[in-house]
Amino acid sequence: MAEHNPNTPDFDKPGTLLQWLDKRLPLVETWNEHVGQYYAPKNFNFWYYFGSLALLVLVNQFVTGIWLTMSYKPSAAEAFNSIEYIMRDVEWGWLIRYMHSTGASAFFIVVYLHMFRGIMYGSYKQPRELVWIIGMLIFLVLMGEAFMGYLLPWGQMSYWGAQVIISLFGAIPVVGPDLATWIRGDYVISDATLNRFFALHVIALPLVLLILVFLHIVALHRVGSNNPDGVDIKKVKGPDGTPLDGIPFHPYYSVKDTVGAVAFAFLFAVVVFYFPEGGGFFLEPPNFEPANPLKTPEHIAPVWYFTPFYAILRAIPDKFLGVMAMGAAIGVLFLLPWLDRCPVRSIRYRGTSFKLLLAMFTVSFLALGYLGTQPATPTLTKLAQLFTAGYFLFFILLPFTSKHEQCKPVPTRVTYHG
Amino acid sequence: MSETKTVEVNLKRRRMLVAATGVMGATAATFLATPFVASWQPSERAKALGAPVDVDVSKLAPGQLVTVNWRGKPVWVLHRTEEMLATLPKVEPVLRDPESNESVQPDYCKNRHRSIKPELFVAIGVCTHLGCAPLFKPEPKDAELGSDWPGGFFCPCHGSRFDLAGRVFKSVPAPINLEIPPHHYRTDTLIRVGEDPKEGGQA
Repeated sequence: MAEHNPNTPDFDKPGTLLQWLDKRLPLVETWNEHVGQYYAPKNFNFWYYFGSLALLVLVNQFVTGIWLTMSYKPSAAEAFNSIEYIMRDVEWGWLIRYMHSTGASAFFIVVYLHMFRGIMYGSYKQPRELVWIIGMLIFLVLMGEAFMGYLLPWGQMSYWGAQVIISLFGAIPVVGPDLATWIRGDYVISDATLNRFFALHVIALPLVLLILVFLHIVALHRVGSNNPDGVDIKKVKGPDGTPLDGIPFHPYYSVKDTVGAVAFAFLFAVVVFYFPEGGGFFLEPPNFEPANPLKTPEHIAPVWYFTPFYAILRAIPDKFLGVMAMGAAIGVLFLLPWLDRCPVRSIRYRGTSFKLLLAMFTVSFLALGYLGTQPATPTLTKLAQLFTAGYFLFFILLPFTSKHEQCKPVPTRVTYHG
Repeated sequence: MSETKTVEVNLKRRRMLVAATGVMGATAATFLATPFVASWQPSERAKALGAPVDVDVSKLAPGQLVTVNWRGKPVWVLHRTEEMLATLPKVEPVLRDPESNESVQPDYCKNRHRSIKPELFVAIGVCTHLGCAPLFKPEPKDAELGSDWPGGFFCPCHGSRFDLAGRVFKSVPAPINLEIPPHHYRTDTLIRVGEDPKEGGQA
C-alpha cells in the first residue's frame, strides 16, 4: 500500500466520492489486484467454470437459507410441520425451499467437478498446495453443513441418517459413546440435537465457510491460477510486466463465467421446476414421513453426495475399521500434493501410469457412489470392497508411479488444443 | 534535521513477560471454553426424561414382544417360548460373542439367555452397528433370511443378525450383542427398566 501512496493522502483536497472512499479504504487497489488486473491464463476451458459456479451456488444457499429461517421452526415438535407450512402456505415458499434443497446437490456436483479439474491439471501441486488444502477444508465444512441441514426437516431419513452418522463417533475407542452423547446433547437424537444442528447450520458453519472461501481465493491470487497446460504463465512476461499468456479476469473471465452462470441457471431451473426431488436422490422418499424414533426405514441411504464414502464404510466388515476407512478416504485427499511426485502438472503431458490410475480412481468413486445407494447384499458388498481397494490404490501407487513417470515435454507457452 | 528512535529493550524480561502472559491467557481460555463445551452435554431435563419405566408383563403371551420407550430408545420385552429357548444353545457355534464377554449388559444378565428370568428377555432394540432398529423375525427358516435362520432379530440397514437372546452372529457388521438395559422385577409381573435390582437410584 505504501508503494501506491508514498505520502499520506491529502484528506482536505476535494474529489469524487470514489476518491473520498479510496483514501479511507483500499478499494481500487483491491479491485485491481483481484479482478481488474488479476491476470489469469488465457487458455481456461470448460472445466474452469466450476469455481465461479460454486461461488454462485454459495450465494444461492445463503439467500434462500436466510429466507427459510424466517418460516422454519427448529424444534422436534414443529420442524416437520413448519416445512410443510413453507411448502404449502408461505408465498413462494416451495420455490425458495426447492432452490435450497436443489442448491445443496448442485453444490456437490459443482465442487466434485472443481476438485476433479484440480486433479486432472495438477492444480494442487507446488506452489498451490495451500489452495488445495483450504479447498479440502471447504469440502469438509460443506459435508458438515449438508449433514446438519439434512436433519432439519425432521423426516424419517433426516432422523435415521443422523442416527447412523452420529453413531460413527461411538466407534472411537474409550471416549466414543460419551462423545456421541455430547454431540446429540441427549441419549438419542432429540429436540436438543435438532436445535443445535440448526444453530450450526445457519450461523457457525456458514461463517467458517465464508472465511475459508475468502482464504481460498486470496491464496489462489497470491500464487496465480493454474491452467489446462499446467504452464507457469508468469515465466514469460511482456514489456509491461504482465504475463503474455495472461488476460485480466475482468472483463474477459467475468464475461466467460457469466455465460457459464446462465447455462447453469437454466439447468438448475429445470431441476427446481420439474424434478425438485431429483428422482429420490436430492430429497429421499422416507423424508416425507415425520421422524419416528421407534421405527427404522427399511433401507437407509444417505443423500447421493455422501454415498461413495458411505459405501466404503459399509464395505469394511468391522465397525471401527469401517469408520477409519471412511475418514481416511477423505483425509488422504489432503495429502495429494505430496503423494504426487511428478513435476509435470497437467494430464496432457503426463505418462500413461497417471492416466490409468486416475481412470481407476474415477471409476471406483462413481461405482462406490452407486453402491452406496443400494442395499448391502453380499454380492454388492464384495463389489464395494473391490472399488474401495481401487479408490485407495490410487493414493498408494501414485507416489511410486509418479516418481518414475514418462512424461511428454511441457511447452513454455500455453496452447489451445484439447 | 534528523531524529533517531532508540528503544532500550530487555529481551530476557520481554520473553519472560510474553511467556507468562501466554500461559495466563491459555489458562483463561481453557476456563472460558469450559461452559461452552459443557453446554453440549444432556441438559437436566434430558436427564430427568431418562427416568426408569415400568412394564407390566402379566398379559404378555409366550412368543409376544412389546416395545416400550426408555430414554427415547425402543426397549423390547419378549416372552420367549420353550422352542425359542431351545434354539439358544444350538446357534452358539455361529455366534461372535456367545458368552457376552465383549458385550454390554448388567452382570445379572451375563448368561446364555441374557436375562433375569430365562423366558423374559429385555433388551435395547438398537443395533450395535449404527443404531438402527432391528426387526423381530421369530419364525425359523424365514423366507428372506434363509433355511438356516433359527429365529431372532434382523437389522434391515446393514444386514446384522442376532439370535433370540440378542447375541450377534459372526460375519455381520454389528460388533457386539444387543445391549441389555439395567432392569429388575418390582413384582412377579412388573419390570422396571432403567434401574438395577436392590438400588434406589437411577442406573
